[in-house]
Amino acid sequence: MNPLSRFFSGLRARGGVHPDGRKGLSAEPPIRILPMPERLYVPLQQHVGACARLSVLVGDKLLKGQLIGASGGNISAPVHAPTSGRVVAIGEFPSPHPSGLPGATVTIEPDGDDRCIEAVVPNDPFDLSPEEIATRVGAAGIVGLGGATFPSAVKLKLSRKSGISTLIVNGGECEPYLTCDDRLMRERASGIVEGIRLIAYAAGAREMLVGIEDNKPEAIAAMRLAAAGSEVQIKVVPAMYPMGWDKQMIQVLTGREVPAEGRSAEIGVLVHNVATAWAVYQAIRFGRPLVSRVVTVSGAAVVAPGNLEVPIGALAADLIAASGGLLTQPQRLVLGGPMMGTQLPHLNVPMVKGSSGLLALTGKEIGLPQPAPCIRCSNCVRACPVGLLPLEMAAHIRAADLSAAVGFGLKDCIGCGSCSYVCPAHIPLVHFFNYARGELAAQEKGKLRTEATRKLADSREERMQRIAREREEAARQRAARKAAADAAKKAAAMEAARLAATENQEELV
Amino acid sequence: MFIAIFSLTLLGGALGLFLGYAARRLAVEGNPLVEEIQAILPGSQCGQCGFPGCAGAAQALANHEAPVTLCPPGGREVVALLAAKLGVEVNLTEVADTVPQVAEVLEDLCIGCTRCYKACPTDAILGAAKQIHAVFREACTACGKCVEVCPTEATRLIPVPVTLQSWYWSKPSLQGATA
Amino acid sequence: MTMLAHAPHAHAPMTVGQIMATVMLALVPATLYGFWLYGWPAILLWSVAMATALLAEAGTLLLQGRAAKATLLDGSAALTAWLLALSLPPFAPWWVAAIGSIFAIVIAKQVFGGLGQNVFNPAMAARVMLLISFPVEMTLWAAPTPMFSGHAPGFLQSLAITFGGAHWDGMASASLLGHVKTEFTRGIDLVSSLPAHFASVHGGLQDAAWGRRAGSLGETGGLLLLAGGVFLIVRGIITWHAPVAMLLGVAAPALLAHAVDPAHYLGVLPHLLSGGLMLAAFFIVTDPVTSPNTPAGMFVFGLLCGGLTWVIRSWGGYPEGVAFAVMFLNALTPIIDRYVKPRIYGRDRKGQSLQIEAKGSVK
Repeated sequence: MNPLSRFFSGLRARGGVHPDGRKGLSAEPPIRILPMPERLYVPLQQHVGACARLSVLVGDKLLKGQLIGASGGNISAPVHAPTSGRVVAIGEFPSPHPSGLPGATVTIEPDGDDRCIEAVVPNDPFDLSPEEIATRVGAAGIVGLGGATFPSAVKLKLSRKSGISTLIVNGGECEPYLTCDDRLMRERASGIVEGIRLIAYAAGAREMLVGIEDNKPEAIAAMRLAAAGSEVQIKVVPAMYPMGWDKQMIQVLTGREVPAEGRSAEIGVLVHNVATAWAVYQAIRFGRPLVSRVVTVSGAAVVAPGNLEVPIGALAADLIAASGGLLTQPQRLVLGGPMMGTQLPHLNVPMVKGSSGLLALTGKEIGLPQPAPCIRCSNCVRACPVGLLPLEMAAHIRAADLSAAVGFGLKDCIGCGSCSYVCPAHIPLVHFFNYARGELAAQEKGKLRTEATRKLADSREERMQRIAREREEAARQRAARKAAADAAKKAAAMEAARLAATENQEELV
Repeated sequence: MFIAIFSLTLLGGALGLFLGYAARRLAVEGNPLVEEIQAILPGSQCGQCGFPGCAGAAQALANHEAPVTLCPPGGREVVALLAAKLGVEVNLTEVADTVPQVAEVLEDLCIGCTRCYKACPTDAILGAAKQIHAVFREACTACGKCVEVCPTEATRLIPVPVTLQSWYWSKPSLQGATA
Repeated sequence: MTMLAHAPHAHAPMTVGQIMATVMLALVPATLYGFWLYGWPAILLWSVAMATALLAEAGTLLLQGRAAKATLLDGSAALTAWLLALSLPPFAPWWVAAIGSIFAIVIAKQVFGGLGQNVFNPAMAARVMLLISFPVEMTLWAAPTPMFSGHAPGFLQSLAITFGGAHWDGMASASLLGHVKTEFTRGIDLVSSLPAHFASVHGGLQDAAWGRRAGSLGETGGLLLLAGGVFLIVRGIITWHAPVAMLLGVAAPALLAHAVDPAHYLGVLPHLLSGGLMLAAFFIVTDPVTSPNTPAGMFVFGLLCGGLTWVIRSWGGYPEGVAFAVMFLNALTPIIDRYVKPRIYGRDRKGQSLQIEAKGSVK
C-alpha cells in the first residue's frame, strides 16, 4: 500500500489507536493440530442468543460432528461433538466468561479414533439453493468467529431479506498478538475464497471485498493469488485498531456509514470474518460442522508461541502444554486479544467457538498502573472510533449519573477499549462503560419486573375484592331470602290472627 | 451615586415584581404527584415501609415525609425513579448495598399448609394443600409476607442468584484517583 | 473469588507524569535563554516560584489527608510554577513569585478539587491576580543584561534585587506593548513611538524575535518557545489546533487593522512576538484541563482567545491581554464543549440515527 492511498483510506477511518502489534511472536510458525486432549468440555452456550438445547445423555457414544445441543431458538446455534467418544458428564463447568461463573457443559472423553459422522454433500455446492446453504450453515453451528459469535445463518437470511449488494470479508485482525486469521489466510486461502463465494451466493451479494491490514503482506499475497480470476477483490487497509470493527471496515472500504440504530444490511452490506468463510467452506463442501478453530497462543510467558487448530472444548491448559508450557508465571491469562479479551481465572477453562487467542502475559506486557486523576487531555476523545466523549461519560458514571452518560452516547459505545488504552491517567474508561450498560440493562429489567409484579398485585387485589364482593352479595341475598321468608311468615301469622279475630267477631255477632 | 442606588433599586424592584407575578401566574394547581408516585411503587402493599400500603407511602413521599429509599422491594430502580420524580439527590451507590432478594421455599421444611401462597400479594407462590410450594422468582418482590406466615420457617429471603445472563461488570474503584 | 480485570490488557506507554515532564522539557531551551538574558535574578525568581508551588501543593494535600508523594511526582505543580515564573518580570521581588505560586496552587487549583478539576489555568489566574494586586511590581521590566556581560548584576547583587528589594538601573525599561500603550495615552502614535522604543532598547525587530528586549522570560524566547511547541506537537502531547488558531486569531485582525491604519495598530510580527503570546499559544491554551475536549473545540477556543487578546491589546486598558483572554475563554470552555462535540458514528450532528434514503446509499 503506497503512502498516499494509505493516507486517504486512513482519512475515512475514525479515531483509533496504534498499539504495539507483537504479532511477530506467533505469526511465523505454521498452524499445528492440537493433540487430542484427554477430556473435552463443550459448553452449550458459545454464541449470542438462546442457549443450545441438550440432546445427549451421559454415557452416549458420539461420532465427530454429531449433534449434542440443538439450536435453542430463532437466534441460536447448535453445538456438535468435536471428536468421537463418550459423554462422561453433563453439568456446570467454568465458562470462558469474565464473571468466572459456570455454565452448562457436556464433558466428552475422546476415544482416539476421531471418526466422523456421515455427511451428504453435493458435487457442486452452487447447485444448492441459497436458502439451503443458509440452512446448512445454521445446522453446522457456524457463528461469527471474529469474536462476536452471532449465528451466521441468521445474518445470511436477514441479508437475503433486505437485499444486500456487497459482502465484506473482514481480515483486519487488528487486535495485537493475534495471528490466527493471518495464518489461516496464508495457509488456506483457496478454501477461504471458496467460502466467500458461497456466502455471497447465499446472501445474494454481487460484490465481494476482502479487507486485510497492510501489516500482513504474506496473507495479502496468498489471498490475491487464490482470488485471481474470481470476483473476490482483495483490498488493503491501513493497520490500526479497531480496523476489525465491522462498521469501521465498511466505512473504509465502501465509504458508507451504517445508521446508529440500523444494521449494516440496511445499507446493503454484509460482513463476515475470514475464519467464518473458512468454516462455511468446510460445512458446505465437506459437511463438517464447526467443531474446531485456529487459536493463537502467545504472550511473553509462553515458551513457543504459535497457532493451534484446537477442538472446541479443549482446555486452555492443553493449549499451553502443546506450546511448550510457560516460561514464567504469567501475570494475566487472557482469552482473545489484549484489547477486548477476557481475563481467565485459571487454565481450566475450555476453548469455545469465539476464542481467537490465548495469551499468557507478563506484568511488563500489561503494565499494572495505578489510576490517576483525569487531566482532560482528551486523548480518549481522539482515540474513540465512534466519536464519543469517554472522559465525560466516565465522569458522569462515577457520579452515578447514568442518564447523563447515555446523553453523551453511552449506548453507541462498542467497548473496543481504545480510550482505556491511551488514557495517560490509566482510568478504566471502558470498564466504566460496560458497568453502566450492565447497570442500565438491569434497571430496565427491574422496571419491567416492577411493572409486571404490580399488575399481578393489582389483579390479585381485584380478585380478592371481587371474591369479597361476591361473598357479600351472596350473604345479602341469603339475608334477603331469609327476610322475605320471615316477612311471609309474619304476614301469614297476622292474617291468621286477623281471620281469627273476625271469626270471633262473627261469633260475637 | 444616587443614580447607581436608584437604578439598582429599580432593577431589584422590577425583578421582584416579575418573580411574584410568575409565581402566581404559573402556580401548579392540585397535586397530581401522589398518583404519579403510586405508579412508580411496586404496588404489593407489603407494608415494609411502615405506611399503610403503597398509597400511604406515596402520600408520605409527596409530602416529603419519607425518604425515597423507603421501599425495599422496589430496589435501586424505584429509588432512582422516585428521586428523579421528587427532585431529590440520592447516592445510588449506597442504596445498591441492599442486594435484591427473592423468596425461597425450603423443601425439607415445607408442610404444604398453603398459608404463604394465600399471603403472597403477587401470586408468586405456587402450591396446593399438602404439596410442597415453589416460588416464581420473576414474580416475587421479596416483600417477606410469606416468611411471616410460615409456621415451619420453611420460607426465607435469599439474594437473587447471579447467572451468566444477569451478571455484569461492577463499578470500578479508583483508589489512586481521589480527585 | 477475585475480581477479574477488565480489558484492555495492554496500555499505551504514557503517564500523566511523563506528559508533564515532556512539556517541561519543551520549556527548557526558552527558559535557559531567558536565564542567560536576565541573569541571576531570573534564576532566583524561578527557583522561588518552583519551591513555593511544591510546598503549597504538599501542604494542601496534607491538609486534605491525601498522599502527597504521587501527586507531587506527577509534576503538575512544578509545571504551573514554571509557566508562572516565565510570565513574571525577571527582576520582580521574591514575594511576587511566592504569592503567585501559592495562589495558583491553593486557590486556582486545589480549592477546585485538585488536578483536573480547576476551571481556570492556575498560572494565568495567578498572573492576573498579581497584575491587578501589584501593578507596580508587575510592570517594572528590565532591559536584558546578558549573564557574564559587563553590566549584568552579580550573584550577590541579584540576591539583593530579588530578596532585598534593591533597585537596578535597567529597571525603568518598558516592554514593547507597554511602551506603545503609554505613548498612546500621551497622544503619540505608532509611527513616532515605535522607532523610539526600538532605539531605546537594542535594535530592530530582528532583535525582538530573539528576545533581546525588555519583557518576561516567556516573552523573550519567542522563537525557542515556538520550537518547544513544535516539539510537543511532534511528540503528540498537544495538537496543532489551539496554537495555530490562537496565532491566527491574533494575526488576522492585526494584519487587517495594520493595513487600514498603521499609525494606530501594530503589525502582525510585533503582535506575534510580543507579550505572552507564544508562551500562551503553545503552553497555556493547550493546557488540557482548562481547554475544550475536541480538536474542533480547541480550534474555536484558540481562535477566540487570539481574537480577544488582540482586542484587549488594541483597545483595552492593559497593554497585554493574553492572561485575561485565556481566563475568559477558560470560563467559556464548558459552553464550547457543550456545542462542539464529535459526530457519533451512524448519527447526525443532532444525535439522530442516520436515515437510509435509497438502497445502498446513506445521506
